[in-house]
Amino acid sequence: SQDSKMASVVPLKEKKLLEVKLGELPSWILMRDFTPSGIAGAFQRGYYRYYNKYVNVKKGSIAGLSMVLAAYVFLNYCRSYKELKHERLRKYH
Amino acid sequence: MNENLFASFITPMMFGLPLITLIVLFPSLLFPTSSRLVNNRLISLQQWMLQLVSKQMMSIHNTKGQTWALMLMSLILFIGSTNLLGLLPHSFTPTTQLSMNLGMAIPLWAGAVITGFRNKTKASLAHFLPQGTPTPLIPMLVIIETISLFIQPVALAVRLTANITAGHLLIHLIGGATLALMSINTTTALITFIILILLTVLEFAVAMIQAYVFTLLVSLYLHDNT
Repeated sequence: SQDSKMASVVPLKEKKLLEVKLGELPSWILMRDFTPSGIAGAFQRGYYRYYNKYVNVKKGSIAGLSMVLAAYVFLNYCRSYKELKHERLRKYH
Repeated sequence: MNENLFASFITPMMFGLPLITLIVLFPSLLFPTSSRLVNNRLISLQQWMLQLVSKQMMSIHNTKGQTWALMLMSLILFIGSTNLLGLLPHSFTPTTQLSMNLGMAIPLWAGAVITGFRNKTKASLAHFLPQGTPTPLIPMLVIIETISLFIQPVALAVRLTANITAGHLLIHLIGGATLALMSINTTTALITFIILILLTVLEFAVAMIQAYVFTLLVSLYLHDNT
């Protein structure tokens, strides 16, 4: 019975985001690895997660590439929003 | 309208951070490395295309010239992908900046010319004087050939910049004209829209052709000098 109690308590650091309770959220965020190598690791994990799910499959479709390009267009739109908001269709500019 | 027309050619910065670094590095994301004999569809397509282009372009060179194969293939992939990505809405094209194109053209041209001067000095100097020129014309012709040699990198860079910039400007202008004409006369707006579609098709072709021309000329300068 002592072993089952120990096994059911998972340390906070190793929980995935969806398993973290709301009250524990700030301490979970603070415990994440914010060193440069940690952030690089996060980008690498994210890249391989997307790549292995949509591109590195036996019958990859155009969607894998198109989603990346759509995200690129959206990010560029956000970047140039400041200049673009003057080009709305209005009677008086 | 005038200020907006050239606003898309300003180097993108955000809060003082150079976003342009990320934009220049983005095409490399679209070319994954292959780690297997039989890869996924994206990599297989890219490998097939690369084999096609490299066989066609490197076949004219001798052994020494073919050591440049990696450089030339990377060049055509980079320029082609950067130009094509620039055709997406709201995106920034690094090849519209003369500074970047000069940075590509001058080292490559200088590398080819200096290789020629180091390994085949007599033949390289002989390029300055075409065969069979009458003796009185020789000084003038040497000057003209020197000028034409030194103008090669400038021409490479300016050709690429001007073509891509002009294409983007035309798309902006005709697109703006279509939008303005819609409320005035719908038929004219429709004609302008068809012109816009044809222009976009042209721009896709120009994007790839310019990459090809740039690389071909560098390879030609190399062929002269190896």
